[in-house]
Amino acid sequence: MNVTAKLRETIRELFSADKVDVFLAWEEGSLPMSSTPLFITDGAQADRAIFDPRCGNNLSVYFTKDSRQFRGKRVGIAVKGCDARSLVLNIQENQVLRDMVVIVGVPCNGVIDGKKIRRRTGGKQVTEVMENGDSVTLKGPEFSITLDRSEVLSSSCLRCVHPDATEYDVFLGEARAEVGNENRRKALDEVEALSSAQRWERTRKEYEKCIRCYACRNVCPSCYCSECFVDQNDPQWIGGTCDVTDTVIFHLIRNLHVAGRCVECGACARACPMDIDLLLLNLKTAEEIKKRFGDTAGIRIDGRPVMAEFREDEKQEFIMG
Amino acid sequence: MNKEFVPRITSFLCKWCSYTGADLAGTSRLQYSASIIPIQVMCSSRVDPVFLLKAYLSGSDGVLLGGCHPGDCHYETGNYHTRRRFAIVREVFESLGLESDRLRLSWISASEGPKFARIANEFTEEIRLLGENPTRKSIFL
Ligand code: SF4
Ligand code: SF4
Ligand code: FES
Repeated sequence: MNVTAKLRETIRELFSADKVDVFLAWEEGSLPMSSTPLFITDGAQADRAIFDPRCGNNLSVYFTKDSRQFRGKRVGIAVKGCDARSLVLNIQENQVLRDMVVIVGVPCNGVIDGKKIRRRTGGKQVTEVMENGDSVTLKGPEFSITLDRSEVLSSSCLRCVHPDATEYDVFLGEARAEVGNENRRKALDEVEALSSAQRWERTRKEYEKCIRCYACRNVCPSCYCSECFVDQNDPQWIGGTCDVTDTVIFHLIRNLHVAGRCVECGACARACPMDIDLLLLNLKTAEEIKKRFGDTAGIRIDGRPVMAEFREDEKQEFIMG
Repeated sequence: MNKEFVPRITSFLCKWCSYTGADLAGTSRLQYSASIIPIQVMCSSRVDPVFLLKAYLSGSDGVLLGGCHPGDCHYETGNYHTRRRFAIVREVFESLGLESDRLRLSWISASEGPKFARIANEFTEEIRLLGENPTRKSIFL
């Protein structure tokens, strides 16, 4: 039985056992290669649910962005590894009650990034996608190309170390623990090898592209302040332009706000219309947090998130004594 | 322009320790660098990273954050949170290619007037060597 079939079955069972009031999953999108979030309220709709590499949406975002709709409801949710980490973080931050959610983990091998495909096809319409082991064939009215999976996967997935949920009630298959990932190490080594001036060059080049649409913030399950600092105007922390002067502040502060909370799902990078590698800076921060404080976002469900914790004997080599 | 470079160092000092330490330095008539521009905050943990960044990008050559010694925070644990946060702020500064040495954190108690004066002078000297805040010329402002 493939994952989609197992998912449908699980949803049906949850409804017939009256364990959930609503279930969040994905369904077929209106275009090839797309999927769209699905809210199921009745077991009979279970057959609309799907899971495959198109299902990039991190559904945990609905708990923090529009939580009122779930008040008092028991919610079932299908999660990939990264989505599960978001949910764990939300639970840790008291945004979601563990008792009110039924977590269904799906085994994930990465999701596709539509932007990468559009770049390869020059924006031509793709009407058919065929997966064949490690290669993917895209067909349209007047073309057909075969690409390696790694060329179409979201950059977050290429660097993923937690592909499967660490916290779940049901897992559709065999959940893997943390996996090694050399791409991730490579990406980090690359930044670390740069000199300060080269880093600044990179920062400037990346963030110069930002048009301040805030798609990255809106899609992020960890960004849920009811009033974001960029929207405050008294005091105004950040100017309203798309000049690097302002965009760098936005990204630096956003990075700090999600420090120790970013689960590396890559939703921001997939949402960004300007194709900015938003994840790299977050990976770097996450790595430093792990090194210093020995903790990773969205893995531990009890206690407080890492940046709200402290130890009395922490390293403080940067203190002026 | 060969006017001598006088750094501007925005300093956030917590009311219960560091600011009182600065006061003590003053009432003890200790000489210390005039580059320090003190701002009183209730606790070092009140200082949101955005304050540090705003001070830096508004042209401060250095930003100093002062709090009570670990264990002495008036709110018990504020400075522990500050310390953890500060480590990451410096890290992100470095990742972006900004100079993290322009951001410093120090523990100065209410009785440490001389220490305050020393830190003020040392930090001013460090910044003098680093030179003017580069972001002032390159893109910012
Ligand atoms: S980041 Fe990992 S868990 Fe998340 S979609 Fe990609 S491969 Fe799956
Ligand atoms: S999605 Fe991209 S362009 Fe839009 S605000 Fe975020 S980084 Fe900037
Ligand atoms: S009151 Fe001084 S650090 Fe908290």
